[in-house]
Amino acid sequence: MSIILRTENLCFTYGAGTPFEKHAVKNVNIDIKKGEVIGVIGHTGSGKSTLMQMLNGLIAPTSGRVLLDGKDIHENKKELRGVRFRVGLVFQYPENQLFEETVRKDISFGPQNMGLPSEAVEKRVKKAAEFAGLKEELLDRSPFDLSGGEKRRAAIAGVIAMDPEILILDEPTAGLDPMGRDVLLSQIEAYHKARNNTVLLVSHSMEDIANIADRVLVMCEGDCVMFDETHKVFSRAEELEKMGLRVPQITKITTELRRRGVPLSEGILTVNQAFEEIREILRREGKI
Amino acid sequence: MEFIRTENLSFYYESEEDEIQLDTLKNVLDGVSLSVRKGEFLAVIGHNGSGKSTLSKHLNAILLPTGGKVFVEGIDTSDEDRIYDVRRKVGLVLQNPDNQLVASIVEEDVAFGPENIGIEPKEIRERVDEALKAVDMYHYRHHAPHKLSGGQKQRVAIAGILAMKPDCIVLDEPTAMLDPKGREEVISAITKLNREQGITVVLITHNMEETVNCQRVVVMDKGKVLTEGTPYEVFSQVEFIRRHRLDVPQATELCQKLAGSGVNFSRLPLDAEECIEKLAEVLL
Repeated sequence: MSIILRTENLCFTYGAGTPFEKHAVKNVNIDIKKGEVIGVIGHTGSGKSTLMQMLNGLIAPTSGRVLLDGKDIHENKKELRGVRFRVGLVFQYPENQLFEETVRKDISFGPQNMGLPSEAVEKRVKKAAEFAGLKEELLDRSPFDLSGGEKRRAAIAGVIAMDPEILILDEPTAGLDPMGRDVLLSQIEAYHKARNNTVLLVSHSMEDIANIADRVLVMCEGDCVMFDETHKVFSRAEELEKMGLRVPQITKITTELRRRGVPLSEGILTVNQAFEEIREILRREGKI
Repeated sequence: MEFIRTENLSFYYESEEDEIQLDTLKNVLDGVSLSVRKGEFLAVIGHNGSGKSTLSKHLNAILLPTGGKVFVEGIDTSDEDRIYDVRRKVGLVLQNPDNQLVASIVEEDVAFGPENIGIEPKEIRERVDEALKAVDMYHYRHHAPHKLSGGQKQRVAIAGILAMKPDCIVLDEPTAMLDPKGREEVISAITKLNREQGITVVLITHNMEETVNCQRVVVMDKGKVLTEGTPYEVFSQVEFIRRHRLDVPQATELCQKLAGSGVNFSRLPLDAEECIEKLAEVLL
């Protein structure tokens, strides 16, 4: 797979040269391949959001480079606008940014700014609403009449409508109930499968990350401290806990059983996988 | 002893033009009769829009019932003359700590409440120190709130409530915006207050793992109380919980699946430690 996004010695410092100087992101070097789903975890203030905002050019690095398809996104200021269409960023609590009279107009905002003809915009809106799980009849309502979960989906649809090659979601499931969370995650997965685009998902829910990510990027105090396959990252429970992070409960259970001598795989990520392996052992031993 | 009682509590938002309230228009309560015992640790769970937040706002008279009654230690919350008595007995902590902190120094923030009710400066000092120690934030008393982590901010917000010396603290999804460590800090602070100081706690949440240490879980749906019981009683009904858009802890889900394949559990585990011990017994 080809590399779509790369960072080289990427740094960002807030208030550089003042007494309040804070190194939010330090020397991050990562490669993201086309079509990957990357989970991003880290404690509050670890630099996750700052890093994400640099990846679509919303903030410029203090030093270092962001390369999209091998090209520095800040090399030509005129092209930066185009970068934001290719790298779509959904902020935390994106429902606070809905502003149009109707949901349809709100979702149209992005594609219209891309200069698409109105028919194409309409198609995009329909498709995006479908991916985000918004019912057609909601499109002509005011975004402020929607429920919390619907608003969230409308805001995500607004970014999907630009059909970005890379979709970045900063804590998309925060505040949603378990069902709302599962539905949203499966929609993101379905969108990813249909478009084969690259997805970066920031989350405090280790269970969400375990369910969806191919690789996990761990930020701590502005450093990228791990970037590896999901099961490998979550098999390093002790290190993660020192950073204020956790592993999914199911991984914690199976890792401890494995340590005590139960022949389970390393870094089990889902309840189903744990269930199947344990059932297999019990059957083999004639216990069930 | 009963501390809070709701009798057939119903609520709907009256003014449909008020835009701020429009999105909660559906969050009505529909005949909720519930009793909270003094010193109890009660969790209320339910999906978005089930009415749990609306219920929490009734417990300290931020909202008043459109039907039925709420009593706090026998005081009717709709008795306007006693509203401050109710609010002094029951403190409310909200989801977003940033919206609850008002001062630029931690200890000043905690002092804000007692100052407003005219407590003597010397006693304010004592209350502030005591409250900050109770949530393990005393070392940060001279810090600026905006530089704290989410879990620390939320504990300062809890200290601000504690300084008012309430009998009961109601927390409306206090961990929803926090990282895993922040979540643990807040939950362990709340648990400690309940166990060591006997403060009545009502915790509204949809993170099921946070409810396993409480004494009673109430499940809400469509503005009604659907079921209640100890965490073991509630979470053993895995299918039922799922049907109402809620989750059970992964430990419980795993053991429920294994039970379906013929493994014998005297009761389904609720947390990782219990699950590990049970499974180690079976597997080793």
